[in-house]
Amino acid sequence: MTRQSFTERSFLAKNPSVLWFILILAVFTLGVTVLSEAYGVAFLSTSFVKTLGKTLCLCLVALAMDLIWGYAGILSLGHMAFFALGGYMLGMWLMYARTEEIVVAALAQGGLPATPEEVRQGIAVQIFGVVGASELPAIWAFAHSFWAQMALVVLVPGGLALVFGWLAFRSRVTGVYLSILTQAMTLALALYLFQNDSGLRGNNGLSGLQNLPGLSDASQDAVSMWFFWGSALALGLGYVLLSWVVSGKFGSVIRAIRDDEQRVRFLGYSVEGYKLFVFTLTAVIAAIAGALYYPQAGIINPAELAPIASIYLAVWVAIGGRGRLYGAVIGAAFVSLLSSWFTGGRAPSVPLGFYTVNWVDWWLVLLGLSFVLVTLFAPKGIGGLFDLWQGLRGPDRKGAPLGPDDGALMEKEARE
Amino acid sequence: MNGIKGMMLGGAMGMALAGAALAQEETIKVGVLHSLSGTMAISETTLKDTMLMLIEEQNAKGGLLGKKLEAVVVDPASDWPLFAEKARELLTVSNVDVMFGCWTSVSRKSVLPVIEELNGLLFYPVQYEGEESSKNVFYTGAAPNQQAIPATDYFLEELGVEKFALLGTDYVYPRTTNNILESYLISKGIPKEDIFVNYTPFGHSDWSKIVADVVALGADGKKVGVISTINGDANIGFYKELAAAGVSADEIPVVAFSVGEEELSGLDTSNLVGHLAAWNYFQSAETPENAAFIEKWKAFAGADRVTNDPMEAHVIGFNMWVQAVEKAGTTDVDAVREAMYGLEVPNLTGGVAKMLPNHHLTKPVLIGEIRADGQFDIISQTEPVAGDAWTDFLPESAVLEADWQTLGCGMYNTETKTCVQIKSNY
Amino acid sequence: MRQLFLSLVTALLVALPGLALAQSAVDILDANRALVEKPTRAKIAPVISELAASGDPVAATVLAAWAEKGLGLRKADGTFFLIEKTADGWALRDLTGAEAGVAASSDIVELRPNAGVRGLIATALVQFTLSDPDPAKRAAALVSIARDPEAAHLEPLRASLATEVDPALKAQKDRLERLLTLRFDTDSAARVAAIEGFGSDLGLDLRAALNPLLATSRVAYAGDLPGGANVARVLVPGADLSEAEAYDLLVAAGMAPARLTVEEARAALLANVVDGAVGGVPVAELGTQAARDRAYTALEAAGAVPAAATDAEVAAAVAAHGFAEVYAEPDAQVTAAAKAALDGIALKVGAMQTADLALDAVSLASIYFLAAIGLAITFGVMRVINMAHGEFIMMGAYTGYVVQLFITNYTLSILVALPLAFAVTFAAGVAMERLVIRHLYKRPLETLLATFGISIALQQIAKNIFGTQARPLTAPAWLDGALTFNDVVSISYIRIAIFVLAMLFLLFFLWLMKRTRLGLEVRAVTQNPTMAASMGINPDRINMLTFGLGSGIAGIAGVAIGLFAKVTSELGSDYIVQSFMTVVVGGVGNIWGTLAGAFLIGTLQKGIEWLNPSNTLAAQTYMILFIILFIQFRPRGIIALKGRAAGD
Repeated sequence: MTRQSFTERSFLAKNPSVLWFILILAVFTLGVTVLSEAYGVAFLSTSFVKTLGKTLCLCLVALAMDLIWGYAGILSLGHMAFFALGGYMLGMWLMYARTEEIVVAALAQGGLPATPEEVRQGIAVQIFGVVGASELPAIWAFAHSFWAQMALVVLVPGGLALVFGWLAFRSRVTGVYLSILTQAMTLALALYLFQNDSGLRGNNGLSGLQNLPGLSDASQDAVSMWFFWGSALALGLGYVLLSWVVSGKFGSVIRAIRDDEQRVRFLGYSVEGYKLFVFTLTAVIAAIAGALYYPQAGIINPAELAPIASIYLAVWVAIGGRGRLYGAVIGAAFVSLLSSWFTGGRAPSVPLGFYTVNWVDWWLVLLGLSFVLVTLFAPKGIGGLFDLWQGLRGPDRKGAPLGPDDGALMEKEARE
Repeated sequence: MNGIKGMMLGGAMGMALAGAALAQEETIKVGVLHSLSGTMAISETTLKDTMLMLIEEQNAKGGLLGKKLEAVVVDPASDWPLFAEKARELLTVSNVDVMFGCWTSVSRKSVLPVIEELNGLLFYPVQYEGEESSKNVFYTGAAPNQQAIPATDYFLEELGVEKFALLGTDYVYPRTTNNILESYLISKGIPKEDIFVNYTPFGHSDWSKIVADVVALGADGKKVGVISTINGDANIGFYKELAAAGVSADEIPVVAFSVGEEELSGLDTSNLVGHLAAWNYFQSAETPENAAFIEKWKAFAGADRVTNDPMEAHVIGFNMWVQAVEKAGTTDVDAVREAMYGLEVPNLTGGVAKMLPNHHLTKPVLIGEIRADGQFDIISQTEPVAGDAWTDFLPESAVLEADWQTLGCGMYNTETKTCVQIKSNY
Repeated sequence: MRQLFLSLVTALLVALPGLALAQSAVDILDANRALVEKPTRAKIAPVISELAASGDPVAATVLAAWAEKGLGLRKADGTFFLIEKTADGWALRDLTGAEAGVAASSDIVELRPNAGVRGLIATALVQFTLSDPDPAKRAAALVSIARDPEAAHLEPLRASLATEVDPALKAQKDRLERLLTLRFDTDSAARVAAIEGFGSDLGLDLRAALNPLLATSRVAYAGDLPGGANVARVLVPGADLSEAEAYDLLVAAGMAPARLTVEEARAALLANVVDGAVGGVPVAELGTQAARDRAYTALEAAGAVPAAATDAEVAAAVAAHGFAEVYAEPDAQVTAAAKAALDGIALKVGAMQTADLALDAVSLASIYFLAAIGLAITFGVMRVINMAHGEFIMMGAYTGYVVQLFITNYTLSILVALPLAFAVTFAAGVAMERLVIRHLYKRPLETLLATFGISIALQQIAKNIFGTQARPLTAPAWLDGALTFNDVVSISYIRIAIFVLAMLFLLFFLWLMKRTRLGLEVRAVTQNPTMAASMGINPDRINMLTFGLGSGIAGIAGVAIGLFAKVTSELGSDYIVQSFMTVVVGGVGNIWGTLAGAFLIGTLQKGIEWLNPSNTLAAQTYMILFIILFIQFRPRGIIALKGRAAGD
């Protein structure tokens, strides 16, 4: 194809996978709705709907991870920190508003109308009583306002990513150093949140998030579906947005940065600016995914920010297939659902005669090893199967190295 | 290697259970919600085995209401959100009649909204920080007034401790317990500056500075005592450092609320002889019930396994539930709950445990001194103490009361005579 | 405690004429059987003093046996025996020491006095053992006095001083005598002399004796200072104590009415609701504190509620009184001397505490260094990211545990475990390099992920084999205890051993890299594998050996870390991030950099812990935060390689 026709074609025509993806997602959402307890034939249990809804959120954060790693070549091992921060920000409002209802109702029985101080004090005792405090910390200043907290869902993780990214990219920290640095960031944040003094209830975190304030009589069957729809919508929008981002000139530049950062810099592009934008954008997407995820999970605590969580995120993307957006979605959905099936105790044990393989014990071993195998023998991940199906083959990777970060996949560019 | 043995046993058990499910016989389902993997597996796997043993034993006796009991074991993998998910699954997919489970407070708080929404029933077997009474939970472990307060009294009265170091792992149980203890000690005339508080992360291993700080507390001539709510593995480093610093129990006694027979099996206790632990049960309790229980346990799980306090709590909780179901003639949650109040079940350490309307038990408080063989010498045993859901030593909680039998409320303000909320705080 | 004892002694002296002086120990025990069986510190003291004062020659033996859980009670008839555990029960002796047969375990109640009671017994025994021919017993008596010093001990101690032959014990007795003198002597000059005699001694016991002399309490007074009080200082409200604190003192002393709390005001308002209004303010409007205050004032004016102190009244009351800190010790000369002595000591203690903190920091640094040194080879030299490094440390620790299962002699088992751990992890490292890493040399990010996969697999396998329970790895007895310089500065031998081990590895590393053929080849291969290969070096073999070496060292580090902390499957993951930090902060490819990195991190962490002693978690958080910032400004670490060796 000529360059002319390449730029003239519409966005959707260039990216047929977007249409396919939206179609599949729509059918899936419709199917789940029809089978749900709240709006359908009650074939799927509410807990399974919640699992599916959460999986959609994980797919969304995996998309973000794919953009930053698969396309921009930055292996961030800290994106789950943004995910969790998004959850914390929304969780603060959920918790505050729900507690406020209880406190106001309780104080109303007391004979005198409650003073604002009494209400605030009551909320503080209710929320922080379990961790031995009775004052509302300063970071809860906006918790009473839904819109303020919603803004913080984007602003806090985005701001953190902006500052961290600016510092890191400015001093040209790249490659594995950056990976370790992002890992340190999430570890530091997790340790900070583990402290009770952090004002976010330490190890206990924020809980009871599945109960929506003002809607206490809505059943969880319905609430789970609302969040499922929300997650599906967010995933669909995220997919379209990211496809659009990676398909244009911007996408070409970030892939070029992945393949040879120096060369792009010499061509006059502001490499740091591009990286910073991608880092912050993906952090914001992760935060939105997190804000949708934790009300479905019901509880958020610092263990969610542990470095291992971000590594799992990388694992999903790698197994699904880097450098293609649908790969990330497939990886996240496949591995997280498989993982919950194996650890759920429902996978049949394998008797070997001398020893019985109990999957609760051996699932992690299997995951770890399959991860090694994927890295070694199938760097394209599950997404690579689509190439086989389409009869497309990537260029032969044997021979001279293709660039400093040889982990990058270049089939797509070669094809276009 | 006993690990392998235990694993094979667990595997066999899983197969047996799968077989039972296939038989399509009508059963009473008992959910077991304990982590079998992750950081808490260390403690919780034992409780899962205890439950399997109790259920097997009950089935051997002919089951319950003419039906067999069936254990539904799930693994929440020490992942707190997963506890909520698994609890929902147990209640809505497996349709269990009762659940036994959780260890950490945060896992309980994660499960609470789900069981309150779906009106489930949970038996929670671990000593905890109190400040809670849910309609749907029976707390068979100790509340602070059944462990922490008596142990502190022992320090004050028997050992004459005048200066306290409250060392804990940084999470909710130590935080709340230390908070209660601090205001209790102040009410006993210990000045605030004589209470040193320190929090360390889970699995902390570098204890030299903290031990040195504690030793330095003795500089003003007051007798120093350590109240430890240090959790799990971190204890090993702590006690090793204590032994290395030559701190004997006679100089600075340490009483621990989270160190039991299991934890001590991870270290050489010869240097720790005389340090203390407070529980409601010790394996070394000399009663016929305990001897029989230990024998059964060793036959079931292996000769080198030890027993501990939360196991006893499950034994009491399970026996009580069986009695309540028989009394109610059904496994319906509300009927069983009503039937529970006032039931009495023998403790393994002597005396009886009685279920109170606030969903807590009466329990004797035992204080044990560590022996060189990793067991405890019981040196003090109180009469059964009634568990108090809301502590009397924090001003906000002192006015609260839980009574599900007559008041129908777990958070009743005795001052304003109103029910603050029917659901729990989570 | 002291008062208790004194009152008991007095009570005893009064009661003594009434008691038969020759009452035997057996009679006393029998008379108090229930109490002796379940003693509490508060109630048992009279029995113990009675025994000690009975004059019965066996009393001392009985007391000693009781304290050591050697006294038993036959269930059948309640007779007391001295008991000793045998294979299938108890060997009995009566209280005079004569053999009295044996008994089954179930027939005898072993008496287990608690530590408080044992302390009382030990104190009572002091008079018998202070001049005992057995030096061990004399030493025990001194320990007992030091633990619970009492005025009554002063005379017997002085008496025994003259006859003491053992020079070490004599010195101890002498010191103890001076400590008791400064606290309990009746002559104030003697006390001052005793205090001054110590100079700026660092002993904890001295500070423990001096500090109670300076214990103060806060008093409030109207008008002039109360006469006879030994005033430490006069407090000025607003400067030395807040107005609220000052007012609380007045309230506590009954010199002022208590202030109204929000709850009390609320209750008072509720009690005075008349026709939907309180004091003329409608109930519906009482939703603000201002409205409530207005209502309360109205009630006050009507006399319906007691007057509460207003802010102005509080200020006036505080202004009208004086406040002071008063010593409990009435003797001003003694307190002045004690204060001077303590001030002198404080400076020295401060310096020593800094030294102790520095030792702790060095120790922590050496642990980090030891954990990171293997990584300094695999990551620093070969540039291979090995996330499974932590699991190699864990494997080493478990190797130590398994060896101890078979070899019960701890010294020998450690000697076997160290090389064995090296062998095991060396093999594991070589296998990993051959099977996985060599395929990924060109793809560093993927090495990171693949080795991470291995890491979670290894961790789970360890859990499956050894269980999640922590396993014991016990240090030999000669590593028990601590090297104590004085009562402030000390460090445990195990930490010294780890320090030594870390230094040995540093030397080994330097020797290996700079002085051996292998080191030369390693450096050649890492700088330019193609050129090295053309010089006849086999890069495959070198990579394999280097990686094995790094892993092997991790294994040895595992044994050492297991000895001082714990052996669990998560041992490795506790150290992996810190280890990478150490290498990255120090500067990749330079062992001195790793050393510097370890020291920076160790010192920093201890420094932050010192600033915030009640929260160790905060120290770790801020340490990592600092490292993140540090790397931003020195991305290549403390010691950065220059020129071609720096790569990229």
